[in-house]
Amino acid sequence: MNNKLEQIFSQIPSAEISNKENIYTIYVSKENLRRSAEILRNNDILDFDFLRDIIGMDYTDSFGVTYNLSPSDDLTIIVLLKSTTTDREKPAFDTVIDLWESAPFYEREVHDFFGIRFLGNEDMRRIFLRQDWRGYPLRKDYDNSPIINPVPKDNENLDDMENLPVLDLEDLGKPKKSVFDKDEYVVNFGPQHPATHGVLHLRISLDGETVKKVDPNFGYIHRGIEKMCEAYTYPQILHLADRLDYLSGSINRHAVCMAVEKGLELEVPQRAQYVRTIIDELTRIASHLLGWGAMALDMGAITAFVYGMRDREKIMDIFEQTCGGRLMANYAVIGGLMADIHPEFQKKVKEFIPYMRKMLKEHHILFTGNPIARGRMDGVGYLSREQAISIGATGPVGRSSGWSCDLRKHAPYAAYDKVNFTELLRTDGMTFDRYHIRLDEIEESLKIIEQLIDNIPEGDYCAKTKAVIKLPEGDYIQRVENARGDFSVYINSRGDKFPYRVKFRSPSMVLVNVLKHITPGTKISDLIMLGGSLDYVIPCIDR
Amino acid sequence: MEVKDIKVKNFTTADFRDNEYLEKYVEELRKGGVNVAIGKLDDIINWGRSNSVWPLTFATSCCGIEFMSLGAARFDFARFGWEVTRNSPRQADVVFCFGTIVHKMAPVVKRLYEQMAEPKYVIAVGSCAISGGPFKKSYHTVMGLDEIIPVDVYVPGCPPSPNAIIYGMMQLSRKIKVQEFFSLPKEPKIIVNKANN
Amino acid sequence: MFHFEVVTKWIDTFLMSNLPEWLALTIEFVLIGILILSAYAVLALILILAERKICAYFQCRLGPNRVGAWGVLQPIADMFKILLKEIITLNRADNRLFRLASFLVIIASLLTFGALPFDKGLHAIDFNVGVFYLLAVSALGVVGIVLAGWASNSKYTMIGAMRSGAQLISYELSCALSLMTIVMLSGTMQLSQIVEQQANMWFIFKGGIPAFIAFVIYLIAGHAETNRGPFDLPEAESELTAGYHTEYSGITFGFFYLAEYLNMFIIAAIATTMFLGAWQPLHIPGLDGFNMVMDYIPPVLWFFAKTFFCVFIALWVRWSFPRLRIDQLLRLEWKILMPIALANIVLMALWILVF
Repeated sequence: MNNKLEQIFSQIPSAEISNKENIYTIYVSKENLRRSAEILRNNDILDFDFLRDIIGMDYTDSFGVTYNLSPSDDLTIIVLLKSTTTDREKPAFDTVIDLWESAPFYEREVHDFFGIRFLGNEDMRRIFLRQDWRGYPLRKDYDNSPIINPVPKDNENLDDMENLPVLDLEDLGKPKKSVFDKDEYVVNFGPQHPATHGVLHLRISLDGETVKKVDPNFGYIHRGIEKMCEAYTYPQILHLADRLDYLSGSINRHAVCMAVEKGLELEVPQRAQYVRTIIDELTRIASHLLGWGAMALDMGAITAFVYGMRDREKIMDIFEQTCGGRLMANYAVIGGLMADIHPEFQKKVKEFIPYMRKMLKEHHILFTGNPIARGRMDGVGYLSREQAISIGATGPVGRSSGWSCDLRKHAPYAAYDKVNFTELLRTDGMTFDRYHIRLDEIEESLKIIEQLIDNIPEGDYCAKTKAVIKLPEGDYIQRVENARGDFSVYINSRGDKFPYRVKFRSPSMVLVNVLKHITPGTKISDLIMLGGSLDYVIPCIDR
Repeated sequence: MEVKDIKVKNFTTADFRDNEYLEKYVEELRKGGVNVAIGKLDDIINWGRSNSVWPLTFATSCCGIEFMSLGAARFDFARFGWEVTRNSPRQADVVFCFGTIVHKMAPVVKRLYEQMAEPKYVIAVGSCAISGGPFKKSYHTVMGLDEIIPVDVYVPGCPPSPNAIIYGMMQLSRKIKVQEFFSLPKEPKIIVNKANN
Repeated sequence: MFHFEVVTKWIDTFLMSNLPEWLALTIEFVLIGILILSAYAVLALILILAERKICAYFQCRLGPNRVGAWGVLQPIADMFKILLKEIITLNRADNRLFRLASFLVIIASLLTFGALPFDKGLHAIDFNVGVFYLLAVSALGVVGIVLAGWASNSKYTMIGAMRSGAQLISYELSCALSLMTIVMLSGTMQLSQIVEQQANMWFIFKGGIPAFIAFVIYLIAGHAETNRGPFDLPEAESELTAGYHTEYSGITFGFFYLAEYLNMFIIAAIATTMFLGAWQPLHIPGLDGFNMVMDYIPPVLWFFAKTFFCVFIALWVRWSFPRLRIDQLLRLEWKILMPIALANIVLMALWILVF
């Protein structure tokens, strides 16, 4: 343990600290939780200003929360701040929404799944499930019967969506607080809307054309993946991970594979590492192409979208040949790869690289230099570095605000430590930066692939694993850089063949939080464009 | 009763699988026999309808990306005249259900369907929309779109390739081509339960 | 040169000589009505197909090719479909206004359509204030659009209608000012006379620089009037789902759809009439041989060739540019186009004085 951390940890009262591979687990009592969080957030030595996630836990006899923290300057350090409460009737912890701007959504999520309240956070509406949902699904004693929660017949009441629930008995007499005032002109964007990139529901308060307030509403594609994972074996979980953020499905799957491999202490063959990296980068290019096209589509340029999709098809061809699937490659498995690469894989990828370079130039001519496009993007949607960190906006969005957060550099995995590439950083944090960084990253990914494609080592493509995979007891965290940012898998195992708890950190969820912060004051058209520039994927948020 | 040869360009009747289902469908429709003049008029109308199916842009998850591929250069469903995607359900003819339907979404899908103007068709794309697919065990998933709204064509796959979706759309065209416009009952029987109002 | 004037005159004299005047006039009116309506419908179908094909080629696609050869029957299939689609009556909307709106839009564009000089003697009305008439009736369309947005009783349509109101009324100014430049040059507002004056040389050449500026401004402002391309804010597919016509279904939507395409044609046709000499062949003073050859091409063909060239430009713009934002849209009009158009009028006055 290095000096700085020791200094900080020594300030935390009565903490149990353990360390495993740069992951520091700090266990504090419920009363000291808020104090510990404050110490970690507000100290002069090393500011833990990046709250990656809040993970709710049900230990059957008690409830717990885990704060997954990192300092923004040194992403190699992970601190898991844990606490538990034995009160199963009314579990509650102190809120941290004033310390991290990413906390409100996370706290609402934990409340939705576990019924854990956060004292001081007024907005304890359910975030994924309907307000009239009965029970808390991720509790271990949750009754999954369709009689309790049948398929609803009627649309959700809009008042329920905006009124903050009264949870304390002493608040009962007071007037109901609401997100919107009575006389605000509120427009519903979504769930079925062409430009919300899925089934996101935004409630927007308008003043003429100007957006005053945005209230996102998730859950229209909440499939309960985390609960399902608890009933599935590890190889089965992989298929669910693919379907979270389907645009970077291969990368997510890679993350789950690595988390399990870490637990098994499995040596993955180099060949598999190389191929996994190439597939990841191809996925990233495909995702960025779609993101670029979708943003252009949001701004009304349909042709640009079709061009993006046209180039994406080339990657889909490579996937179809080698992996068998188009969108869902289903290629990585625990220990390596599903199958060896196709004999023509290298040839095809090598053909693709110069083609993509040529097309990138065309994309720049078509859209980047377009005066209307530039006019639309200039001066809108500023996200400062501090805010990006506080909200936890990683990936291209964070990097365009100047936050160096590329996990391929900071916590290299697979073959990323064997290649030369630069982490692209832009400093302005404007819409144009977020737009441009994606096209630049495509170029960078091409470079990575170029370095790897000729050097794929011979050998096995998959390590031998046992028929039934059981992870030893403990917490396993694996972070990867997917096309939208920091995708983390948290697996809590009790030595069974099923995980006890699986948590996926969705990089898209924070991006909607960004949207909430940067849109007030802009026009409706800007809101749609900013949504495109953040490039979130809704099923990843809803899980 | 034989299905008369339903003309779909570049695709013979024998190439389609599952023709028995259509035969049964036609048998049911033609129970009372077909008037020659009206039958011809029906043919013209069905020619128009089957060749101009405007989809609603609606996708919940993964399969939606394949829908985008369908609209782009490689697969180009504009060839069949389906590229006029309408964003407003009032103007669309077919709603493709791409992806899982969950409890919170179910009433929304139902309302979308109700907002569409007749004649309207539904295609369930992907295993999730057919039966819940990989998310069948979940507490929040609806086990198939047909629990909420009637479905015309099912396209299996997770996600189905765009080719499969095109095949599904052609199946829908075929189905439209055997339908009847004039012999529809004039006044639909609506049972109103007054006690509930 | 064959002009349709011969045919129309012949019909007129034939009817007038054989029938009482009132009957002859009635028959003529009915004939003209049927002709215009069918021409309107056929043109719309051609334009729809043309757009779908051209847009497909811009996007490396094929476009419709299954219904008829090269998909030529595609819009006809669409027409059958849309005619037989259910028309939804809204529950909490002002249904009378709701219905009226779609008619207003199509009537406005029909009225404009009637005044276009397709050929010598081939136009329904030829006022001595023809230019004013064009401007006046084409501006009626905005009433229909705003009404549609208002009567639908939906927030999306309302925002669309408000945008449309702001946009159309603003761009009407530039449109009118650039047309006035040509009126100054010709000294008349009668469309037939304006066309006649361009027999030797089209106004875009005769008017020199100011006429060219006016032409460009008219194309931009006219394009904005059609609610298409980078100016499609009232519809703004990705923002307002379908804008002011979100709630319309069946043929009521079909009216908006037709009017949109026909307006594109009308704007191109007016540009052709005012700047490119309508049905007048391309004549270069001095080159008599060349002029003779050009005269062999029928005038109607000239008209449509020039109009479709303008339509093609509109499509090109529409499929390459992203959409403007509402404040940028209004800034473009009030701070750039209108001052230039005003200055251009002065420039034209000087031009007329000097040459």
